[in-house]
Amino acid sequence: MEALLQLLIPLFLVLMGLIVGKGIELHHFRRLAEREKEYRDILVTNLKTIPPQLENTQPFLVMGAAVIATDYFKVFAAGIRGFFGGEMKSYVTLMERARREAVLRMLEQARAQGAKVVWNVRYETTMTESRQEKKTGGAAILAYGTALK
Amino acid sequence: MIVVNTETIPGYKIVQIKGLVQGNTVRAKHIGRDIAASLKNLVGGELTGYTELLVESRREAMARMLAQAQQLGANAVVNVRFATSSITSGAAELYAYGTAVVAAADTPAQPAQNPA
Repeated sequence: MEALLQLLIPLFLVLMGLIVGKGIELHHFRRLAEREKEYRDILVTNLKTIPPQLENTQPFLVMGAAVIATDYFKVFAAGIRGFFGGEMKSYVTLMERARREAVLRMLEQARAQGAKVVWNVRYETTMTESRQEKKTGGAAILAYGTALK
Repeated sequence: MIVVNTETIPGYKIVQIKGLVQGNTVRAKHIGRDIAASLKNLVGGELTGYTELLVESRREAMARMLAQAQQLGANAVVNVRFATSSITSGAAELYAYGTAVVAAADTPAQPAQNPA
């Protein structure tokens, strides 16, 4: 009985991760696409030099951060990938979500202060660890840049 | 497609800035490589398996970035930056980003080819 439980609980968690996690991810991607449309008019670039036509505006720093957690299924799928090799697709989407979310929050800040362009954008990435040893907890991304009116 | 990590392209003029483009990939080597790497750690030396992994993944991330640039109608990507982060043991994320631009030749002998 106990052995059966030991097998069933992880299986249940993986299945829940697959169903609920996938649902959350799809919803997040839809929201991201919608919100990105709203901010399409803001020009975002990682160029360092500010062009002469924008030089006499007041620049200010904008930033956005997001921490997106892994789910049980993502960790499970990555574990299998780690055995056979290849691309860990479950983590690619995780990083993409975190990065797009961070950029959107940065743009929200820029928009709130009336900026039309964000110059010199940089990303900072950290992986947070979960309570279990060596397992990934989530992706923490910081996006920052110089906003100009 | 011109890809540089400088802000300007010598001999070219940036006509239009299309915006930030990016590409990423998370890759793992199979367990055999991990075992070979841990053995290598006993004596030292280059971990060729992991070098290969990083080279391949960086190429993949670049290709995804360039595909995005192409979609925006750019003909060059300037100010390219790379970032690497270790996701879990044995896997790494490679991330490439840059600014997609439309560039035209600056020399008078070669007139600009109809910039967008």
